[in-house]
Amino acid sequence: MRRAFLCVLGVLCGCISVSLAAQDRSTPPSLGPPPTLNLPAIQKRTLANGLPVWIIEAHEVPIVQVNLVVRAGSGDDPAGKFGLASLAAAMLDEGAGSRSALEIADAVDFLGANLMTTSGFDSSAVRLNVPVARLADALPLMADVVLRPTFPVDELERLRQERVTALLQARDEPESIAPAAFARLVFGRSHRYGTGAIGTTPTLKTFIVDDLRAFHSTYYQPANSTLVVVGDITADAAVAQLEKQFGGWKNGAAVKRVEVPAAPQLSRGEIVIVDVPGAEQSQIRIGWVGVPRSTPDFFALEVLNTILGGSFTSRLNQNLREEHGYSYGASSRFDMRLSAGAFVAGAGVQSDKTAESVREFFNELNDIAKPIGEEELNKAKNYVALGFPGQFETTSDLAANLEELLVYGLPEDYFEQYVPRIRAITANDVQKVASRYIQPSRFVVVVVGDRQSIEPGIRSLKLGPVRTLSVDEALGP
Amino acid sequence: MNVRLVSLLVLLVSTTLAAQSSVPRPLEVPYRLITLKNGLTVILHRDASVPVVAVNVWYHVGSANERVGRTGFAHLFEHLMFEGSKSVKEGEFDTLLESAGGTNNGSTTKDRTNYYEDLPANALELALFLESDRMGFLLDTMSPERVNGQRDVVKNERRQSYENRPYGMADLQLDRMLWPAGHPYSWPTIGEMADLTAASHQDVVAFFKKYYAPNNASLVIAGDIDFDRTQALVEKWFADIPAGAPVEPVAPPAAMLTSVKRQTLKDRVQLPRLYLGWLTPRMFAPGDAALDIASSVLSGGKNSRLYKRLVYDMQIAQDVVAYQQSGALGGSFFIIATARPGKSVAEIQKVIDEEVDRLRRQPPDAREVQRAINQTEASFYRGMERVGSYRGKADQLNAYFAAGGGPDYFAEDLARYTSISPSDVQAAIVKWLPADRRVELVVEPETSK
Repeated sequence: MRRAFLCVLGVLCGCISVSLAAQDRSTPPSLGPPPTLNLPAIQKRTLANGLPVWIIEAHEVPIVQVNLVVRAGSGDDPAGKFGLASLAAAMLDEGAGSRSALEIADAVDFLGANLMTTSGFDSSAVRLNVPVARLADALPLMADVVLRPTFPVDELERLRQERVTALLQARDEPESIAPAAFARLVFGRSHRYGTGAIGTTPTLKTFIVDDLRAFHSTYYQPANSTLVVVGDITADAAVAQLEKQFGGWKNGAAVKRVEVPAAPQLSRGEIVIVDVPGAEQSQIRIGWVGVPRSTPDFFALEVLNTILGGSFTSRLNQNLREEHGYSYGASSRFDMRLSAGAFVAGAGVQSDKTAESVREFFNELNDIAKPIGEEELNKAKNYVALGFPGQFETTSDLAANLEELLVYGLPEDYFEQYVPRIRAITANDVQKVASRYIQPSRFVVVVVGDRQSIEPGIRSLKLGPVRTLSVDEALGP
Repeated sequence: MNVRLVSLLVLLVSTTLAAQSSVPRPLEVPYRLITLKNGLTVILHRDASVPVVAVNVWYHVGSANERVGRTGFAHLFEHLMFEGSKSVKEGEFDTLLESAGGTNNGSTTKDRTNYYEDLPANALELALFLESDRMGFLLDTMSPERVNGQRDVVKNERRQSYENRPYGMADLQLDRMLWPAGHPYSWPTIGEMADLTAASHQDVVAFFKKYYAPNNASLVIAGDIDFDRTQALVEKWFADIPAGAPVEPVAPPAAMLTSVKRQTLKDRVQLPRLYLGWLTPRMFAPGDAALDIASSVLSGGKNSRLYKRLVYDMQIAQDVVAYQQSGALGGSFFIIATARPGKSVAEIQKVIDEEVDRLRRQPPDAREVQRAINQTEASFYRGMERVGSYRGKADQLNAYFAAGGGPDYFAEDLARYTSISPSDVQAAIVKWLPADRRVELVVEPETSK
């Protein structure tokens, strides 16, 4: 895999003339005006208990997606209990109502449905995808899972072992070690973002059923949730079924969500080598604390990042992959959560070009502060703006877009405003955010690779203090 | 119920309903097919639900067309197709597409190489310009420097996917064990490192001339299009590409396992992993669909035979998966399980063998099979949602056409599954998954004795 105007028709009115004379290819064809975004209508209803329901009707394919979105996630894990939100979500379908884990799985699978209980840093969700003909049979299962999980202790033990084992396995894989080590170095071990969503082996070992029950009863409430429905169903039909299954859901104590505090920014750069002896590639991650989703600079950063490392023709990818052949692909992104996640640039590069790759990363990260030319700016803006309508094709895409509005409290007209706001970004806007949010001299550089062969070259770059860690030292217990 | 009868019923139903409304039934994908004078097959499908268009080209060449000593060519070539052609400067391919709001990619498998662009509907002609220029005129600008550049990228792709990934090298070893030496499926699509190093500019030129011809390709355009206008555009950009010589189909040697082949590899992993592999029918051949259903009975969901015993009840495996993987020249079936800390692959293998043997002696329950069929049916519906990308409608139309079933084979394909009975599953396991003719590969931690 490779990873990346009205046409002047000379209208052939019904007759096809085949000419074997060469077609003139001296310039690419000019394109007509781009199509406008046809946003599907979002219908908003409320159940009797106050639970909001957002509906998009999409009748092309006989499928329905029903997502219950909860405004709580790993960011709400208490100190010392990292991994709680994630485990609570995973446990919801391990016993609910009168059914065991196996009974739920059998019932869901038999309907041809997918029922997923998931959790991220900012939110959790229970997501059902099912042929519309079976929705009436699937919804009661979903409601059981959301409203009446039983948290059997045997299943808790099973999931605990599964997660502890997964953490163990992650230490084999440079592509997992690098982001974990990077997060720890940027945020520290006590900030929630310094540890992955599933927590650590020590925290996983502490969880008891009461912890999970308490998280569920605290956060999974109508007042803290929204139902999103997309698919081959009318709003009335959807609401009638949802009222039946979710209308009796009661609120508990009012939810007081504690914000994840903004992490202190890095003040000076350093390079950390995490030793994987014999590794044929080095996994590199470079960056620092970024911005929250609510940043007023969101649109300027979309354009900036597209230019820097957010597309195949981005500077990082063109340099490290196309120009130098050091890597299969390089990229960058701002991880925008409710609180500021990281800005990170990264790539897997061949071991014997590790130092050269780090140098090229810094070349690009420093150069991005210079004024951006009109052509490069317009290419990036076009890529983002013109590609936007294509993100409204499938039921799950549409549902995910609605979730984004809900979780981040985006304005009602966000989708309508997206393209005009991208179009309004100027080279000056990009330069301003580049100088503010990309300060390479303060970045941490994590290199996961064969220390013995890569260390001398990295030291000779003289980019800052260098230290080396084992995988266990980098990731902690 | 036999498959042909079910297909007939499906057709009758869909015809009747089509008479009542112009909206196609869920698994109908109406199309227009034309063949240009140079042999290019063109398939058009209209879906105006979103103002996008998917352009998808299949070249009927994959790693199976390579030879020992020159493996990895089809995939290396795929990379070179993006580096510019006669009227497209290096880097311009992606720049032009991104400027129009398009995304693109390609992939290589053993049997074919595909390329796609997903774009706003107004940019269709740009994709046709780019695809036709590289179909007809790639060699004009393909230099040794370009080959060297992409060679390095591909080597890094291999390192990232295999050498530097836990259990990565086992993936490559499996095919070497399953297929006889010299069989087109025995070498990896990514190619051997030594072969990538040895690939010369001349080798690559010869490969293009042999395989990258319109008569060895099919072009699907699906999305918000007008058939007549699109057909005219295709004629405009592709008609002047000269046809190539006909491509001979690959004639593989016979492949058969006559005993158990067992090997152990060491790797930088914490947990041992067991791979069992068999040779099975090719895509769409009898047994292919039954083995898909068998894989679901074995590992699909918590109640599946292997998951329930190994992961849920005994908790001696971290994960287990079974799947049928079929191509144009043959297929293979795998059962793969990773041990939990302190557990052995020997005890896992014993349980797997018990469960597979149970299914040889007694068919699965009707409910188990129906559960698998219902899951399959739902996934077919989900597949109708997207026109572009991998496995979207455009890609699937191409896949069905390449397999010889006609592009709109969706309902017939599903019918292969809905007609499967428990005794079909049992018979397939008896015939294709014997205990004494298979591959057994174990990956052990480097640190173990």
